[in-house]
Amino acid sequence: MQHGQEHTLIKARTYTAVYGALLVLTVITIVVARMHLGRFSVLGALVIASIKAGLVLLWFMHLKYEKKIFFVMFVVAVAFLTIAIGLTFFDIAYR
Amino acid sequence: MDESHTTSESSAIHRDDVGSRIGMWLFLFTELILFGGLFLLYAVYRYLHPQEFHEAAKELNVVLGAANTLILLTSSFTMVMSISYLGEGEKKKSLLALGLTIALGLAFLVNKYFEWSAKFHHGLYPNSPELAGRGQGDNLFYGLYYSMTGLHGLHVLVGVVLLSVVLIYIVKDKVTPDNFIVLDNSGLYWHLVDIIWIYLFPLFYLIT
Repeated sequence: MQHGQEHTLIKARTYTAVYGALLVLTVITIVVARMHLGRFSVLGALVIASIKAGLVLLWFMHLKYEKKIFFVMFVVAVAFLTIAIGLTFFDIAYR
Repeated sequence: MDESHTTSESSAIHRDDVGSRIGMWLFLFTELILFGGLFLLYAVYRYLHPQEFHEAAKELNVVLGAANTLILLTSSFTMVMSISYLGEGEKKKSLLALGLTIALGLAFLVNKYFEWSAKFHHGLYPNSPELAGRGQGDNLFYGLYYSMTGLHGLHVLVGVVLLSVVLIYIVKDKVTPDNFIVLDNSGLYWHLVDIIWIYLFPLFYLIT
């Protein structure tokens, strides 16, 4: 019982820390967008969004604690999406 | 191990939580590809019409978008706390956190209603006279804005219904601290909906 409560406390602390980080990153992405970085604003927004998505995936969706197969499956799915988007851009950019 | 013991016990409580979660993740990948296709359309049309997308994005309400980001992030936090509480046998706290998650999901939709109403009021809706008078880029931007935030909003609505059903299951002890894979998988779905919004918010509201 004692151990269980301790465990809950650690989990709650971790989740709160992740939640805090997500809020801070949201503020950062708004500030960065206001700086008018031109063509880098899209890149900046995507990088920050991906860090936020990573936090949600690893801790909130427990990818960090799951069996390795979950992570492998996720990487494969994202890889196929990247290939689809990448190849389309080759077509559009050199048309 | 005692033969009779295994057969009687295992047939009664046979389940595979890891398998269930793998199944849920496979479904989430199909969602990823569904929205991925729309993000691809957005990327290509933005590349072809940079100036029009730039101007049109300025018309979106950043405050409402940021408020909805805050709402969804908070709901993800309450979701994960609900799962954590139930796992530790804290049924009441779990129900409270899940109830909050549902309320925040509804708040997101109410917010979206006001946002869309304001856009309609300004004559910015698909095939409106206002948009017809503008260029192709503006029409593509608003077409994508309505289809992507619309499809996402639909997912929030489905999530709210799903979580409400799970809430009733917990109340009726059909989902218990010993068997809460249904809550676990619903949480995965809810987090994916949050992740999609994490990308939608900067792409539509912030990059101007």
